[in-house]
Amino acid sequence: MLDAQNAFVAFDRVQKSYDGENLVVKDLNLSMPKGEFLTMLGPSGSGKTTCLMMLAGFETATHGDITLDGVSINNIPPHKRGIGMVFQNYALFPHMTVAENLSFPLEVRKMGKSTREEKVKRALDMVQMGDFAGRRPAQLSGGQQQRIALARALVFEPELVLMDEPLGALDKQLRETLQFEITNLAHELGITTVYVTHDQTEALTMSDRVAVFDDGRIQQLAPPDELYEKPQNSFVAQFIGENNTLEGVIQEIKGDTCIVKLDSGDTIDALPVNVAEVGERTKVSIRPERVEFNRDRLHADAHTLKAEVLEFIYMGDIFRTRLRVAGTDEFVIKTRNAPDQARLVPGEMIEIGWMPQDCRALDA
Amino acid sequence: MTEVLAADGRPLKASLNRALRRQKLRALALIAPLLIFILVSFVMPIADMLFRSVENEIVADTLPRTVMALEEWDADSGDVPGEAVFDALYTDMALANEYKTHTRLGSRLNYELTGISSLFRKSGRRVGRFDTDVYTDAFQDADPAYSDPAQWATWMADDTIRANLPITADTYDAWAQMIVEAEGDVPAEEEPWDFVYTALYQDATAGADLPIGVDLSGIEPVSLSAQFADVDEDWLDPEVWQTIKIYSPEYTNGYFLNSVDLLKGSDGIEARPESEQIYVTLFIRTMIMSLSIMGMCVLLGYPIAWLLANLKDSTANLLMILVLLPFWTSLLVRTSAWKVLLQQQGVINDVLVWIGLVADDGRLQLINNQTGTIIAMTHILLPFMILPLYSVMKTIPPSYLRAAKSLGATDWTAFWRVYFPQSIPGIGAGCILVFILSIGYYITPELVGGTKGVFISNRIAYHISSSLNWGLAAALGTILLAVVLLLYWVYDRIVGIDNVKLGG
Amino acid sequence: MKTSMKLMATTCLTLTATMAVSDGHMADEMTIVSWGGAYSSSQQNAYHTPYMEMTGVNIINDESSAEAVAKLRAMNEAGNVTWDVVDVVASDAIRLCDEGLALEIDADEQLAPGDDGSTASEDFGDLLVSDCFIPQIVYSTTVGYRTDLVGDTAPTDICALFDTETYPGQRSLEKRPINNMEWALLCDGVAKDDVYDVLETEEGQAQAFAKLDTIKDSVVWWSAGADTPQLLADGEVIMGSTYNGRLFSLIEEQKQPVAMLWDAQVFDLDGWIIPTGLTPEREARALDYVRFATDTQRLADQSKYIAYGPARQSSAPLVSTHAELGIEMAPHMPTDPANATNTFLYNYEWWADYRDDLDAKFQAWLSQ
Repeated sequence: MLDAQNAFVAFDRVQKSYDGENLVVKDLNLSMPKGEFLTMLGPSGSGKTTCLMMLAGFETATHGDITLDGVSINNIPPHKRGIGMVFQNYALFPHMTVAENLSFPLEVRKMGKSTREEKVKRALDMVQMGDFAGRRPAQLSGGQQQRIALARALVFEPELVLMDEPLGALDKQLRETLQFEITNLAHELGITTVYVTHDQTEALTMSDRVAVFDDGRIQQLAPPDELYEKPQNSFVAQFIGENNTLEGVIQEIKGDTCIVKLDSGDTIDALPVNVAEVGERTKVSIRPERVEFNRDRLHADAHTLKAEVLEFIYMGDIFRTRLRVAGTDEFVIKTRNAPDQARLVPGEMIEIGWMPQDCRALDA
Repeated sequence: MTEVLAADGRPLKASLNRALRRQKLRALALIAPLLIFILVSFVMPIADMLFRSVENEIVADTLPRTVMALEEWDADSGDVPGEAVFDALYTDMALANEYKTHTRLGSRLNYELTGISSLFRKSGRRVGRFDTDVYTDAFQDADPAYSDPAQWATWMADDTIRANLPITADTYDAWAQMIVEAEGDVPAEEEPWDFVYTALYQDATAGADLPIGVDLSGIEPVSLSAQFADVDEDWLDPEVWQTIKIYSPEYTNGYFLNSVDLLKGSDGIEARPESEQIYVTLFIRTMIMSLSIMGMCVLLGYPIAWLLANLKDSTANLLMILVLLPFWTSLLVRTSAWKVLLQQQGVINDVLVWIGLVADDGRLQLINNQTGTIIAMTHILLPFMILPLYSVMKTIPPSYLRAAKSLGATDWTAFWRVYFPQSIPGIGAGCILVFILSIGYYITPELVGGTKGVFISNRIAYHISSSLNWGLAAALGTILLAVVLLLYWVYDRIVGIDNVKLGG
Repeated sequence: MKTSMKLMATTCLTLTATMAVSDGHMADEMTIVSWGGAYSSSQQNAYHTPYMEMTGVNIINDESSAEAVAKLRAMNEAGNVTWDVVDVVASDAIRLCDEGLALEIDADEQLAPGDDGSTASEDFGDLLVSDCFIPQIVYSTTVGYRTDLVGDTAPTDICALFDTETYPGQRSLEKRPINNMEWALLCDGVAKDDVYDVLETEEGQAQAFAKLDTIKDSVVWWSAGADTPQLLADGEVIMGSTYNGRLFSLIEEQKQPVAMLWDAQVFDLDGWIIPTGLTPEREARALDYVRFATDTQRLADQSKYIAYGPARQSSAPLVSTHAELGIEMAPHMPTDPANATNTFLYNYEWWADYRDDLDAKFQAWLSQ
């Protein structure tokens, strides 16, 4: 972790309240190094957009300090912060052409005409929209508008760019293309990016680090793989990717494993993540693709559970099988569609197990 | 190119048209009531107004013979027309008096020349008692057949006699028609009136053969010009005749000339005397004041509309009710309220005196002048500016301003370069509404405008309801309409009419 | 099928009913147009109520007299006259008569003779200013002033209007040439009998305007009858012209510190006309009403409710006390000899000729 002094962007114990009664953002601490692509991910109302707006200067923090390159920006108005921003609905000025839109930030910076034209051209080429300079935003498709919005946010060469769910209104395929383009651009230009989304796939594929927001706090701040594989609490485990949850009580902790007695009476092995003592209630999280039902691949002394196959769904690249395990009907396993992969039949009784480190005992 | 055929073998185009025609007819049927309503309540009255502003049939309708006889007369000669014109006037006036149309013509011509109204009224009253009864007596004394209504009817049905007596035939026909229409009697049972015998005398002196020969040499001819002059000397005034002749055509541009302070003199179009020039001033004043009111509405309405569009819904609703409040109070109540506020002993002046801003003997004149009209009308018309502005502003997402600021624009630049241009359609719509409404307003200017704050509409209202000079009112209205259309065209050229939005 | 038949029948019935109603004049109903306010209620009390009791005819009041001339012309052009009897001022009656919009009346035949045995034309005398006009009341346009704002010497004659030195302050005058032009000339030294002769000339008109110019800056111009009383009550003007009946109610009913002048007040008339174009039945009923409403007793009755003088000479002795205030009405009548010592006779015929011309000049003068 960077300390706030050396970070490019830092939130230091930031709080935000609109009504003086409820905190929308509670004690936010965050540090970003230069050049990082950080995504704020969370359900709506989790405070992520508020954080972005505080950073942009459209909202003021009720308490705490936000610094940019070591300088507190709390009292700097938005137009002096020099932060590029891409809005959810692009916010391209409808009464200006594409070129005028791009030229606008340069004009207000009092740049000369030739410089402006050159920069606009470069920015348009960068997003492959060089031929559209004379069009009005209304004459462009959603994807094209998004590219222009991006170009406009970058044309005045800001060091920090904020993006507020910029791809939310686009269809899936276009979204994926643009995700790729945006990350590439950001890395090529070495820009520090804060990206807000509620789409976890987007967050995982694009970011260097993801901050998962809930209830006004960052629940976990980690690179995508860590976030997925090592969720720090049950909210993150639930929120990121598909997840099986079993509830029970810690029976025994020994080193980096623990034994959990499930409510159904079975016992299983798990990795204690944020459980402290025996007798505590816990939610155990297991990713569907980490569940094994082939006895041969499990440890000899691994705990297993009996499971009844309820449903088998063929999904092309994978098989998704729903099981009844330890009193829940929603236990899902995913297996790769390999030539030797068994296809389970509903009604079949199997035994399932996993590596203890894949089964994380989290807070209840 | 080969024709594409539909499944049933008919050309696809024809099939499509058929399918569309039904839709079009249905659409037409749906809007038909509105269309008819607009036609009846809007298009037709305007057409009627346009027509009235040039229509002038009343002179030729009321005095057909006089108008014809006047064609020979040279209006520039400065002489009174000859006896033939007075002969024609006698018949026309006698008939018009029975139809009760001479006074109406009198009021019509009085618009052009003062005094004609009473001239016609007096002459109508006296025309039945002219000395022409000597002709009547002479014919009737010479042969009783001349007193026999039935005999007259027989003569006047005979084509030879008619050809012999052209004036008599024409006059008798007009008399007979009048007897039927105005008196409800049968001509063949009524003894012809004096003016028919006068016509007969005129034919006879012109050398025509009478049905029964009468010796007329003993009769002293009656000069009709002297008879009319006896009623009123003004009949010998060439100006009266000039006026009649100038306004004898069925259509006239006289009302329009009058509307722009010109008049039709005997030598063509000339300016009205300065003491009567008023309409051009009023048109200009109406335009300038409407523009001022429009400007005030923009200045006052813009911030309010902005506030409305950016406030919380519940607060915005409350504010909106306040904005709409003037709509819910009657026009007269609102205007009277302004009187109470603005007059010299009124609330505003009282407060100013109390604060000490103005001296008690130097109270501000806020009403009965242009200030009063502008204040009151701005208040009344403000909602018409705020509502379109509000509905346009409501559609401008706040993210535009944020985007502008994030791009480095100051608050003012962001507003002026980004927000304001997008609100222009609302300003345009509001301005058009306010401007057009204000140039047509007359109640408020009448009540609070004093003498310098009245509009052209006040004169139109006066001519509609008081002077009954509907032709002039129509011409003034037509000019007003033309000015509005012209301004609309200019607006379209400068701003573009598709740049007007009432919402969405 | 059954429903649609029912629907048809209902529609037909409704239509017939509507038609019957829209031609409601066939029923015992007549529309009488007047000025509204205290004036209409005096007519209601003195004429309408007794007439309705006597005949069973239902009278509907319409308060459109201010626009009567234009509306009658419009109705006449549309061929659908919905009014039966209309109350107008004499000059409007002359105009309506000229336009052929009002019925000509033979006073002796169609109006009631006087109580004192005189014929109707003798009883009304000079007040029959038009063939179509049936006089009802005599009113005066005169000047009222604020007793507390005119200083120590209260004005006694009309020329106080033009005396801004003795009586500084705003005065209100009607926004039209009539009356103002005459008063201007009277106060500029023209003899009463010569006023119209002088006014007929360009120089005379210029003289009148020049006199009006001297007070132009201190005049509030009114167009509604209620304006001057209100302006006086508010203290906006120190004096102003209005109808004597309005001043009566301001002084006697509202007890305002206002007094009125009985000097060079302009006599004017108000009365009935019957529109042309009525069906014979309606016309006959309208005539019957007018004959009733303008007889000696009825005209005298009206003065119990309002301070306007009855148009018949024979009614004068019957004028009694105000119905509510109980005060003697005769001294408040413009026709009272004490009040009529120096009256000004309004020349209808002259104004009918000069109205268009002088009005244009007057408006041009106002806007200069």
